[in-house]
Order: sequence, then C-alpha cells, then structure tokens
Amino acid sequence: MLETIIEAFSKAIGLILSGDPEILSIAFRSICISGFATLLSCIWGLPIAIIIGLSSFRGKRLVRSFFNAMLGIPTVALGLILYLLLSKSGPLGIFRLLYTPLGISIGQALLITPILVSFAGSALESTDVDIRDLAKTLGASNIQTNFKIIDEAIWGITLSIIASFNRAFAELGIAMMIGGNIRYATRVLTTSIALETARGEIAFSIALGLILMAVVFSITFLINFLRRG
Amino acid sequence: MNLKLSKKDKSKIGTKTKVIALAILVLIIIGSSAYILSNQRSEQKQHLIVTTTTSLYETGLLDILKIEFEGQYPSINVSFISQGTGLAIQTAMRGDADMILVHDPARELEFLEEGYGVNRKIIAYNFFVIAGPSEDPANIRGLSPTDAFIKIKESGENTSALWVSRGDDSGTHAKEKRIWNFAGLDVANLRTQDWYIEAGSGMTATLKLADDKGAYTLVDLGSYLNNYATGNIKLEIIVEAGKDTLNVYSVMANNPQKSELIGSNFDASMKFINFLVSDEVQEILAEFGKDKFGKPLFNPYVKLLKSGSDQEMVQWIQELAYFDGTECPTQYRYEEGDLYKFIITVTKNRIIEMPEVLRYSYNFWRLHQFFRNFQCLKQL
Repeated sequence: MLETIIEAFSKAIGLILSGDPEILSIAFRSICISGFATLLSCIWGLPIAIIIGLSSFRGKRLVRSFFNAMLGIPTVALGLILYLLLSKSGPLGIFRLLYTPLGISIGQALLITPILVSFAGSALESTDVDIRDLAKTLGASNIQTNFKIIDEAIWGITLSIIASFNRAFAELGIAMMIGGNIRYATRVLTTSIALETARGEIAFSIALGLILMAVVFSITFLINFLRRG
Repeated sequence: MNLKLSKKDKSKIGTKTKVIALAILVLIIIGSSAYILSNQRSEQKQHLIVTTTTSLYETGLLDILKIEFEGQYPSINVSFISQGTGLAIQTAMRGDADMILVHDPARELEFLEEGYGVNRKIIAYNFFVIAGPSEDPANIRGLSPTDAFIKIKESGENTSALWVSRGDDSGTHAKEKRIWNFAGLDVANLRTQDWYIEAGSGMTATLKLADDKGAYTLVDLGSYLNNYATGNIKLEIIVEAGKDTLNVYSVMANNPQKSELIGSNFDASMKFINFLVSDEVQEILAEFGKDKFGKPLFNPYVKLLKSGSDQEMVQWIQELAYFDGTECPTQYRYEEGDLYKFIITVTKNRIIEMPEVLRYSYNFWRLHQFFRNFQCLKQL
C-alpha cells in the first residue's frame, strides 16, 4: 500500500514539473476566482470590521456574535442556499450567475466575510486600548487617532485577509454547487480533486492537492517573511 | 508590546507596512482583473450547458465530443455538468441546463410528459453487469440478473455476501431498483438491512467501495472496463450482460415553449443533438475505448439502426426505451427538422429518405428477406 502512495506521489510531482497546461490553468483559475472573492469581501467586509473595531454602538455585541457564529457556516449549506437563489428559476436567476466563475467568487466572498470581519475587527479592537489614549494625549484628532490605530493594526488586518483568501481557495462546497465543475470554465483545484478522486485518477488528485497546499503555504510564508524583514 | 516597537522606529514600519499592503492589494487587483478578462472572453460565445450522468462523464468520452463539436461550431461553447440522472433532470427542469444526456427511460418519459423536454433521441447503448469479488460468495456465476439478485439477497441475509447500491437516484440506481422489482423484492425493505450498503456517490466511487468491502454491485460496462483497466478495482464481472441489464443513453433538448425554460439555448441544443446522431460521432462512439480496453465502451444506436444488422438488439432497445413505438412521440417534437427521418443507404451514392413510421415495415421486409434467403440456402 505504501508503495502505491509513493508511486502516486512521484507521478504527481512529475505531472507538476512537466507543467501540464491544464493543471496550471486550473490552478490559475482557482487563484483568480478566490482572489476576486477576497477583493469583494474586502470591499464590504473591511468597512464593517472598522466600524466594529473602532466605534461602540448599541447592538455591537450582537453584530459581533453574529459574525463569530457565521465563522463556522458549512460551505455546502451556503452553496445550496446560493444555488437556489441563483438558479434561473430562483429570485436572482436573471443575473445568470449560476455555473459562472463570477458566481463562485460571490459565493466565496459571502463565505469569507465573517472571517474577515471577526479577525480584522479583533485586531483593531486589541490595538485600540493601547493606542487611543496615547494618541489623544499627544493631541491627535479623532480621525488621526483612528488612522493611527488602523496603521498599527495593519498586520492583523493583512493576516485576516490572507486567512480569508485561504479559506476561499480551499473550500469545495460552493465551487461545486455554484460552479458545477465545468471543464475550462469553472473547474477549480478543489472541485477537480473531488472529480479526479471519484474517477480514480489518484496521481492527478495528489498533484492538484500539492499545488493547493503549495499556494496556501507560500502565501503564508511570504507574509511572515515580509513581516519579519 | 506593539507600542514600544512602533515608538522606536515608527516611520520605518509605517512605510514598510504601507508598501506591503499596497503590494498585496495590487496583486489581488491584477489577479481579479485577469480573471475578469478571461471570463469576458468566453462571454462572446454562445453557451450550451449539458447535464449528464457520471457514468458517461467519468469515461472521458464527452471531452472528446466537446473538442469535436466546438471544432465544427466555433461560436458555441459546450459545458458538461456531471450529475446523476435524477439531479441532471432536476437541473434542466430549473432551467439551469439547456439539455440532458441521461439513461433512465422512465424518468425521461416523465420529463417529456411534463412538457420540459422535446426531441428525444437514443444515441447509444451498452449493458450493465454485476461486478463482484472473484470468490463469488453468493455463487451467482452464470445466473440471469434477476436470479442473481435473489441469490445475493439470500446470501446477504445469512451474512455471506454484501451489496453496494449507488443510492443517488442516478440512472444506474434506477436500473438496480427495476431489477430488484423484477425479482419481486421491495427496495424500501432491503435498504434497512445490513448487507445492503448505499454509497450515495458516483460510479467510480461506488465501485471502489464495493471493491474495498468485497461486495457485489451493478455497474455499466463502460465504467467497469475503465476502472478495471486503470487498476482501481479488482472486482470481476460475475453476471454478464443480458436483456434485463440493457442500458440506453438518450439525449433531449429543453422545451423552449415551456415558460420556465424560455431562456434555454434551443438552437445550440438541436445542433448538438444532430451532431450526436451524425455518422461521424456514431463512429467515434463505436471506436471509443477500443484501443484501451479491447472493446468499445458504448455501442452507437443510430449506426445499429442504419446497418440493420442486429434486429434482436433493436427489438430489445425498443421494448425498453421506446414510448408508443417511437423514441419520441410526435407530440413531444418541436422544430425537429430531419432528426426523425429514416435514411437507408442503398448504395454508396443512393440514399432513400422516409418517415420513421415506415421503419417497421422496412425491418419486417428485411427480416422476411433474410428468412427467404435462409430457406433458399437450405434447399441448396
């Protein structure tokens, strides 16, 4: 059994090194779709995180706990809800987003918004205590103080963005249900791993899995490296 | 903790963080715009979405057909979504697909009757077989499928055999239920028993599960050969193909007259159906898998009809998958063009076209001729 695993791994590495154009295009598509999802969730997630992190208002705890609870939403459940909404006979059917890359991006963006809001919000909140009073005593205005806090919390925010990208990149449920795993169109790394495993093409699956992990690790390492240096 | 650090070299970290944040932002924007661009390029094309069965998709046949079809019609982009037959029909009913390529005659008829589908055409057939461990614990080798099922149930109940069912409402699953019914057994009752395992997944995954457990399972010959050749499974064919295990693949377009399906790409669907029944594709079907497995995974039906060689097989298929004596009753046809014209090639250059109704008389005539020749030979 161990031999077959080793054989599959060596085959997988061979596949990656040979630069199989299909594998590369799937990996590229994955990065683009999840990258766009991250961008979308930043557009609406970061303002929410900043409001939660920097101001206090009635019901803030409720909002926070809502996002914290949504952290663990199963991707298939969200995928199913979105499938019913985006289906041509569903309420959002006119946008024709089902089985398109844009549809996956939007789904993933919704999926990772809680991660972004919770993590970035916490990063801002934990910085707040230290900086706010100091900045105020040094004579900074409210806006200046807030900018200073965001500047100090930038690492936490960056990490939350990376974490949410990784989540979008590695999820399967939404990509499968909204994307439909269409070759050359909506096939991403995770859905093709599912397909190739179902097909019994284990070496191909491992190759795709290795790429998936390589991307996630290298992004995380890069960020850590930049942070140190 | 952060405070001390920032006090010491505030300016340095400030600019650096900004640079990094900017770099990340730029990367994301480049990535997403590249993605948008690549997305837009395909927007210029017409899209045709076909939902299909896992047993057909996993063999890789459709990838070949896609390349061939897009070569003929460069303006159309075909996408295949691999689902079980049940889900494939559901997806088409919601208007999310333009056409279906499935193998469950009973549900196909429903699809037509409810007004969702038009222009059904049988394109290919093969057989289901019962695969199982080589030791054959239920001792069913050589039996007919129905008898084999009864034997498996008996052995299952005294814990010597296991059965793995697809359990996903696919065409294969429907066929399995049909055979259990033939055998006079109630699937709802079987499901509750320990020897009856429901996989709930695609054909290859089900085969691997059966292989792991040393169980029997019903599988179409195409998927079996495909998985056996790649070494995925060690299961053997225990019960061979027969009339009861015939597997017929047909194609249907969404009915554009149905209000929910108005947006379906009917034009491209019809092009694809005509493409599938063309001589060229029927030839591809006949050849597919020959080089790898020694025999083809699918048998082309249109070619079989045209050649008129195996009347018994045609009879079987008509019994199983024809409705009111035709593959698509006239009320379920819509702008079908020449799709149902029956063409006989008399010689290379001479072709006779006739309506499908005459096919029976023609077949009868051929049969008659055959027997007459046979009689002549006897007399000799």
